[in-house]
Amino acid sequence: MGMTSAQKRGFGATLWDWLTTVDHKKIGILYLAGGGFFFLLGGLEAVIIRIQLMSPENNFISAGLYNEMITMHGTTMIFLAAMPILLGLMNFIMPLQIGARDVAFPFLNSLGFWLFLFGGVLLNLSWFTGAPDAGWTNYAPLSIQSPGHGIDFYIMGLQLSGAGTLMGGINFIVTIVLMRAPGMTYMRMPLFTWTTFVASILILFAFPALTVGLFLMMFDRMFGSAFFDAALGGNAVIWQHLFWIFGHPEVYILILPVFGVFSEVFPTFAKKRLFGYTAMVFATFLIAFLGFMVWAHHMFTVGLGPVANSIFAVATMAIAVPTGIKIFNWLFTLWGGSIKINTAMLWSLAFIPSFTIGGMTGVMLASAVADYQYHDSYFVIGHFHYVIVGGTVFGILAGLHYWWPKMFGKYLHEGLGQISFWTFFVGFHLTFFIQHFLGLMGMPRRYWVFLENQGLDTGNLISSIGAFFMSFGVIVFLINIIYTTIKGKKAPRDAWGSGRTLEWTISSPPVHYNFKQLPLVRGLDPLWIEKTEGNEKMTPAEPVDEIHMPNGSILPLIMTIGFTIASYGFIYQTGNKYWLIAVYSGIAIALICMLTRSLKDDHGHHISKEELERVGD
Amino acid sequence: MTDEMSTRKINSFQKQKNKQEMQRMVVSFALMIIFTLIAFALVMLEVPSTYVIPIILLLAFVQVGFQFFYFMHLKDKGHEVPSQIIYGGVFITVMVALTFTVITWW
Amino acid sequence: MSHDHSIDPKSMPKDPSKATTEGKHKFMGLWIFLGGETVLFACLFGTYLALRNSNAGGPTTQELYGLGLVFLMTVLLLTSSLTSVYAIYHMKNNDFKKMQLWMGITALLGIGFLACEIYEFAHYIHGYGFTFRSSAFGSSFYALVGFHGGHVAFGLSWIITLMVRNAKRGLDLYNAPKFNTFALYWHFIDVVWVFIFTVVYLMGMVS
Repeated sequence: MGMTSAQKRGFGATLWDWLTTVDHKKIGILYLAGGGFFFLLGGLEAVIIRIQLMSPENNFISAGLYNEMITMHGTTMIFLAAMPILLGLMNFIMPLQIGARDVAFPFLNSLGFWLFLFGGVLLNLSWFTGAPDAGWTNYAPLSIQSPGHGIDFYIMGLQLSGAGTLMGGINFIVTIVLMRAPGMTYMRMPLFTWTTFVASILILFAFPALTVGLFLMMFDRMFGSAFFDAALGGNAVIWQHLFWIFGHPEVYILILPVFGVFSEVFPTFAKKRLFGYTAMVFATFLIAFLGFMVWAHHMFTVGLGPVANSIFAVATMAIAVPTGIKIFNWLFTLWGGSIKINTAMLWSLAFIPSFTIGGMTGVMLASAVADYQYHDSYFVIGHFHYVIVGGTVFGILAGLHYWWPKMFGKYLHEGLGQISFWTFFVGFHLTFFIQHFLGLMGMPRRYWVFLENQGLDTGNLISSIGAFFMSFGVIVFLINIIYTTIKGKKAPRDAWGSGRTLEWTISSPPVHYNFKQLPLVRGLDPLWIEKTEGNEKMTPAEPVDEIHMPNGSILPLIMTIGFTIASYGFIYQTGNKYWLIAVYSGIAIALICMLTRSLKDDHGHHISKEELERVGD
Repeated sequence: MTDEMSTRKINSFQKQKNKQEMQRMVVSFALMIIFTLIAFALVMLEVPSTYVIPIILLLAFVQVGFQFFYFMHLKDKGHEVPSQIIYGGVFITVMVALTFTVITWW
Repeated sequence: MSHDHSIDPKSMPKDPSKATTEGKHKFMGLWIFLGGETVLFACLFGTYLALRNSNAGGPTTQELYGLGLVFLMTVLLLTSSLTSVYAIYHMKNNDFKKMQLWMGITALLGIGFLACEIYEFAHYIHGYGFTFRSSAFGSSFYALVGFHGGHVAFGLSWIITLMVRNAKRGLDLYNAPKFNTFALYWHFIDVVWVFIFTVVYLMGMVS
């Protein structure tokens, strides 16, 4: 596993290396690539939706296909684009920020990625035979009644990728608890590490609810159970509860990591330490805690009764407080700083007003009484796109521009970055701002067409034009990636010259063992502390000695293939019992892989002191 | 591993400590069995449900406490993070149980 | 850094399962996993609590459950929890043979529990026509108790694999964490069962 030989290997060896890798940085890149692919797919679906709604009574796609389109757009964007891209950033950056050489369970990390990827591919294969069409929330009894296998693909696809995400969450928690470098106490951890930690805890507690919900849905659809079947005493509200007990923490899983990204970007480009670090940490925990107690605000109109509605309304409004603390802390970080504007900073600055608008409409929706008016209207669509695009997507793009030089050793092109920012930013507000008013004027969500001359024509046209602007921005970003890969400017270790945290102390891109010697952390923003004392480098916490690293393995991929085959079997065994062969053989493949992993000792390998000294650092 | 590695060579102080701990384990096991017996007895004797349900739930919580704190060593040093995580899980469990008993049918 | 995982009895670590970095990671990872499992079972319990009276004209909880078998199952599983504690006790004393013996007893008790559960399910299906499909109550009952039974079955195959794999080479710092994580998992299965016998069976018998 010599470093120098990496460039000389052939295509086959390189491919094998990526398929078997357990290196958190490579897995991070795989997550980014996979998530990026699904982001494009979800974006394409969004554009098709906007074309259909561009003019009244449009006939661009059929009603059934439209239902599939909205379902797949939501499901893809949440589960297969936003989550994996965030997991990719966490995977790559978090271990570097805490001064670790890998995550706690490298094998599991790889398994988690492959499960996500195959789950996503499985879900999208449904396009060939009929995609799920009950909305991304998949409410029973609509989803129970839906004919064909669309919903079955939804169940099995999300079950696979959800299992992968849960593994990632557990892995990150253990990594942060046990693998921090000497001196890196909890309250010296960078904010992005903190938000990774808290988001992982949310994953840990939220995803099992989805797992159970999907199992019950699977049993009802495939094995004739009666959880949601009112005729046999079932109750469809159970699905709603399970889905939102998962689903509401999920939106905080999506937003907290990008709060961490902004908390890294602002101090770096304002050359000021983050204002109110302690308050930021506690606000993160408070958001996570409250985020678990508000799920029923998605169900105000179900009829839970005034007492339940009031409790959940108050809890929901309370979340505005810790979020407000964060917004003000970012503003105070900027205040009086020596600010440098570049693409990463533009995305971060644009986030503040955009997300705040989404937050304000969130408080409006939190009012149970008013929600009866907003519910299932375009007002809700406007609201959650303001927080998810204005928050998560802006944050992801800020993070990508910020860490790209660290991950790939080259700067993204600044001019192209700004073109993509401005077109996307303008397009985003064009698309979604008007949707609030469309909703207030009575346009319901998930409708295939709207009628002429009801005051909805212009608004929908503007919204669709905005979608084209956003698409243009994304295309420019893709061009930027290609351009950068070919001709990008090389980045040094401290790519922005004002880095504060440990990832900027190692080469860009980092060597596969990250740190030749683990650094000694002497406070918050360890690199900045060394800089203020005139030191070029971190003080090492250990002498140069051999490094223990995990071995790569193909087993996670084979295990995932086994589970995917079994999933296919489950989907189709309802019609033909011969498909049970696929179920059994798929599970057998997976079990054999587990057994192999258990029986065969794997002690990892060591990088010798001599090799480390030869490579330098 | 060879036969010389017999248990006798282990530090006798440590061995003594392990033994004391094991005795505490046996005591907690006995208590758990007693709690189980009480719970079953209360139900078989058809004590009114207003009393019996809170009591058996309490007994279950105490029993689970023994499992976690003694059998699984949650009370020991080095278990701070696991105990926080389990408390979080228990909190959500209570919330979920309340949800499904109170606001699912009306 | 040591490449060697064998135990030197003269400097026997206090807890061989947490003497290596990997051991510490496994220990923490399993606990975190159990946090997630708590929520998984919470959701299944919730579903059961919501649907336990939806018997769609089939047998009610009082007509169905029999406390004798449930008591036997409880004793089997509780005892297996204690025997796994004994196994870990002998692990800490570096006595591999006794550890294997107690782990073996744990597995046997687990098999006994599982046999009782299979008998119980068969009895409900053939005696009462009470199945996974007959009512929402049936679905939620078999989902909850079946998920727990599935966990028992997985635990059994886990420990049997471990015992067979390590039978000849004895205890070392590489496999000690594996036995320890199994023991933690097994206790958790018992924790879930305590709530199952309380919430499902005992509360089901109380009108």
